[in-house]
Amino acid sequence: MHELSIVMGIIKIAEDHAKAAGAHSVDEIELDIGTLSGVDMESMEFAWTQAKKGTMLNNSLKKVNSISAKAKCLDCDTEFDIKNYYDACPVCGEHLISILRGKELKVKSLLVS
Amino acid sequence: MCATCGCGSDGKTTFFLIDKDQQHNHSHDHVHTHNHGYVHDHGHTHDHQHINEKKIIDVEQDVLHQNNLLAERNRGYFDAKHILALNLVSSPGSGKTSLLERSLRDLKGELEFAVIEGDQQTNNDADRIFATGTKVTQINTGKGCHLDAHMITHAIQDLKPADYSVLFIENVGNLVCPAMFDLGEKERVVIMSVTEGDDKPLKYPDMFHSSTLCIINKTDLLPYVPFDIEKAKANAKKVNHYLEIIEVSCTSGDGLPLWYNWLRSKVLQAETI
Ligand SMILES: Nc1nc2c(ncn2[C@@H]2O[C@H](COP(=O)(O)OP(=O)(O)OP(=O)(O)O)[C@@H](O)[C@H]2O)c(=O)[nH]1
Ligand SMILES: [Zn+2]
Ligand SMILES: [Zn+2]
Ligand SMILES: [Zn+2]
Ligand SMILES: [Zn+2]
Repeated sequence: MHELSIVMGIIKIAEDHAKAAGAHSVDEIELDIGTLSGVDMESMEFAWTQAKKGTMLNNSLKKVNSISAKAKCLDCDTEFDIKNYYDACPVCGEHLISILRGKELKVKSLLVS
Repeated sequence: MCATCGCGSDGKTTFFLIDKDQQHNHSHDHVHTHNHGYVHDHGHTHDHQHINEKKIIDVEQDVLHQNNLLAERNRGYFDAKHILALNLVSSPGSGKTSLLERSLRDLKGELEFAVIEGDQQTNNDADRIFATGTKVTQINTGKGCHLDAHMITHAIQDLKPADYSVLFIENVGNLVCPAMFDLGEKERVVIMSVTEGDDKPLKYPDMFHSSTLCIINKTDLLPYVPFDIEKAKANAKKVNHYLEIIEVSCTSGDGLPLWYNWLRSKVLQAETI
C-alpha cells in the first residue's frame, strides 16, 4: 500500500502550494497519473478518502488525467501504445522498447479559495 | 521535527544501530514518520476579507519529487565516499538475507561491507547479519511496505559506512511498493526464487523493469518444483531487455561465484570514476 505514501505526498504538495497562496481550502485538484506509474487506482481512492480528512483537501474535487502509456521500439523506431512493460513491438515483435510516456505521477493544478 | 527534511516526528519508523559495544537493540530516539501531523492552526486571523475568491495554481510537481531529491542527496554521499550502494528487493522469503549472510562470510577480508535492514517489525534479519560481524542498521517501518530515501538518509547517519565499502540495503519483502522509491542506490537487484511462479516478472513488472540485476535463487530445489527457469528468464527479459540474470543457490553455493564477480566488477567501476 504505497498508495498511502503517494496520497500523503499529494496532500502535502497541495497544502504547501495552497498555503503559499494564502488560501484556506483546496476546492479542486488535478492529477496526472500514467498507466505505468505503479499506482493502483482502487487503493489510491481508499487512501485518499482516509488521508484527506482534516486537511485543506477535505472537500476538494479530485480530477485524474489518466495518461496512457506509449513506447518506442529501439529496433525499428515504431511508436505504439502499451499496456504493460512486456508488450512487444507490433511491427517487429521485439521487446527492446523505451517508454515514452505513462510513468507520470504529478500534481498538475489546484483551484483554491 | 527533523532538520534534514522537515519531517514530523510523532513516531512510526524506528532506527536501530545494532552495536558491538553496547546492548543489542538500543534505539536511537530518532523516530520519524512521513505522516504530517495534520495540525492546522484554526485561529487564522482575517485582517482583510476574501469572500469566495478562487484562484488556479499551476503546480506541475512530481509527487515523488521530495523522495527523489533525498535519493540524489544519498547518491552524492555514496559517490563522494566511493560506496557501492545496492538495493535488494524481492517478495518475502526469496532469500535476500541468506544471500547476504553467504556473501558477507565468503567475501570477508576482500571487501568491506555495511548493511541496512528494512523490515516491518522484527530485528531478526539484522541479528543474522550482525552475527557475520558486519556493521548493520535496522529500520523498522511499522506498517510501511517499503523503504524510502528519507529513511536511508537517517540510517546512514547512524551507520556511517566506510569509504570504499559495499552497502547492501535489504528492502522490505514486497515486490510492488519498493519499486517506486529511489533510495539513491547505484543498482537495484531483484531476487526471485524457484519456489515462486516463473511468471513473477510479468505479474510484478515494475520491479523487474527498474532493476539491473536479477538473481534467481534456490536452484537446488529445481528438481522438486515445476519452475521453468528458461521461461522465467524469458519473461524477465521481456519486461526489461537490459536485465542481467544470475542463477544461484544460497544453500549449495552454486552460482555464487558469478554473483561475487558481478559485485567485484561494480566495485571496480565505482573506483575508476
Ligand atoms: N532450498 C533453499 N532454501 C533457501 C535458499 N536460500 C534461502 N533459503 C531459505 O528460504 C527461507 C527464506 O530465506 P531468507 O533469506 O530469510 O529470505 P528473505 O528474502 O530475507 O525473507 P524476508 O526478509 O522475510 O523477505 C529460509 O528458510 C532460507 O533458509 C536456497 O538457495 N535454497
Ligand atoms: Zn505498499
Ligand atoms: Zn519494432
Ligand atoms: Zn527526517
Ligand atoms: Zn530477510
